[in-house]
Amino acid sequence: MEIPYTTQPREDTGLYNAKLGIWLFLASEVMLFGALFSSYILLRVGAAEGAWPHGLMNIPIGTFNTVVLITSSVTVVLSWAALKLGNFKRYQKIQAVTVICALGFLGIKTTEYNEKFHHYEIWFNEPMTVAEHPNLMNQSFVEETTINKELIGTVPSLIGHLNYIDKDGEKHHAGIAWTLATLKEKEIEEIEFELDTFHYRIPARIQAQIKKSGKYDKGEHETIRVQVSDLRRMSAFVPAHSTFFAIYFTMTALHALHVLAGAIVIAYILWRNNKLWKRDPERYTNRVEVSGLFWHFVDLVWIFLFPILYLL
Amino acid sequence: MSDDHSSPEYIEAAKKKYWKVFWVLMFGTFITVAMYFVYFEKMWQTVTVALLIATAKATCVAAIFMHLWGEKKLVYQILYATVFFFIGLMWLTLWAMNDAPFMTEWVR
Repeated sequence: MEIPYTTQPREDTGLYNAKLGIWLFLASEVMLFGALFSSYILLRVGAAEGAWPHGLMNIPIGTFNTVVLITSSVTVVLSWAALKLGNFKRYQKIQAVTVICALGFLGIKTTEYNEKFHHYEIWFNEPMTVAEHPNLMNQSFVEETTINKELIGTVPSLIGHLNYIDKDGEKHHAGIAWTLATLKEKEIEEIEFELDTFHYRIPARIQAQIKKSGKYDKGEHETIRVQVSDLRRMSAFVPAHSTFFAIYFTMTALHALHVLAGAIVIAYILWRNNKLWKRDPERYTNRVEVSGLFWHFVDLVWIFLFPILYLL
Repeated sequence: MSDDHSSPEYIEAAKKKYWKVFWVLMFGTFITVAMYFVYFEKMWQTVTVALLIATAKATCVAAIFMHLWGEKKLVYQILYATVFFFIGLMWLTLWAMNDAPFMTEWVR
C-alpha cells in the first residue's frame, strides 16, 4: 500500500503529511525549550544579589559556534533550493557542509565542556582578604577602575586550575570534577591553585570595560598553596557547582542532543537515502525540507541561548 | 514553502534572499557581541536590547529560511496556539514568583 500525501497536499490541510507532522512536532519542541527558558528566568530573577556568576563563558568560542550554526542554516536551505532546481550534485556538496558544520558545532561544544570541567572554585572557611594575600587579586585594575573595592576586598572563594601536592611534596594535575570529599578520600592535605581571579565577582559588562581600557593585567595562573583543612567547599564547573551551571548544562546539552539528532537525520538522507531521489525526487525533496525545518528550529533555539547564557 | 512557489525563477530569487538573510544574521550576531562592550545603566536595558536583537534574528530564520512567510493557514493556526501556550508558560512562571504558598516564603 502506498503512503498517502507524501508529495501531494491533502485537500483539507493544504499540506503534505510530513510537513504538518514536523510543524506539530516543532510546536511541542517550543514548549519543551519554553519550559527551560521560563525556569532560567525564574532562577535568574530569584537569585540573590551577586550570586549569579558573570564572565565564566568563553565568548569568542560561543560566537564562533553561533557563526557555525548560522552557516549550517543557510546551507540547509540552499541545498533544498538545489534539489528544487534538480541539481542533485550541488545539493550533495552543500548538504555535506551542513553535516560538517553540525559536527564542528558539537566538537567545539565538547571542547568548551572539557574546559569547564577543568576549572575549579574553592570556598574558604573564612574569607581571605586581598590585602593579606596580594596575589589573590590583581591590584592594578582594582585601583584604576571604579569597581566597588569592598566587593572584592575580601575573597570568599577563588577560581582557577587545581593541582594537588602528594605526600612526597610533588605537584600533580587534579582530575575532572573533584570535590572536597575526593581530596579527603585521597588523603590530600595541600592543593596548589592556579588563579583565574578576574572572573565571577565582576559583572560581565564591567569586565568588558576594564579589558577595553587596556588596564587589565590578567594576573592569571599565579599560584597559591592552600591547606585542604581551610576549605569549606570545592567544585569544578559542573552542574553541581551552582544554579547557573545546572541550567547552563541542562539547556546546552539538550540543544546539543538536538544538533546531534538533526545531523544524523540529515546525513542519513544525504548518504543512505539517495536512491529515493531517482525513484521519487519530489518525495526526497520534501524529506530534505522537513529535516531542514527541524534544523532551522535548532538554530533558532541557539539564537536565544547564546545571549542569555554567554552575554547577560 | 508553498507549492505554487516552485518555479526555477522563484527559487533563484529565493537563493539571493537566503544569502541576504545570512548576512543579516551575521550582522545581528556581531551587534549582540558588540553590545557586551557597551555599558547600559540598567540591567533591564541590556536584557531588552539583547532579546530584541535575538527576536529579530529568529524572525528572519522563521520567516525566510523556514518559509513561514507565505505558508499555509494551518501552520499559522498551529503556531498561534503554540505562541498562546508559550506566553502562558512565561506569565505563569512570573506570576508564581509572587505567589508562594503559605509558610513556604523565603525569610531573610
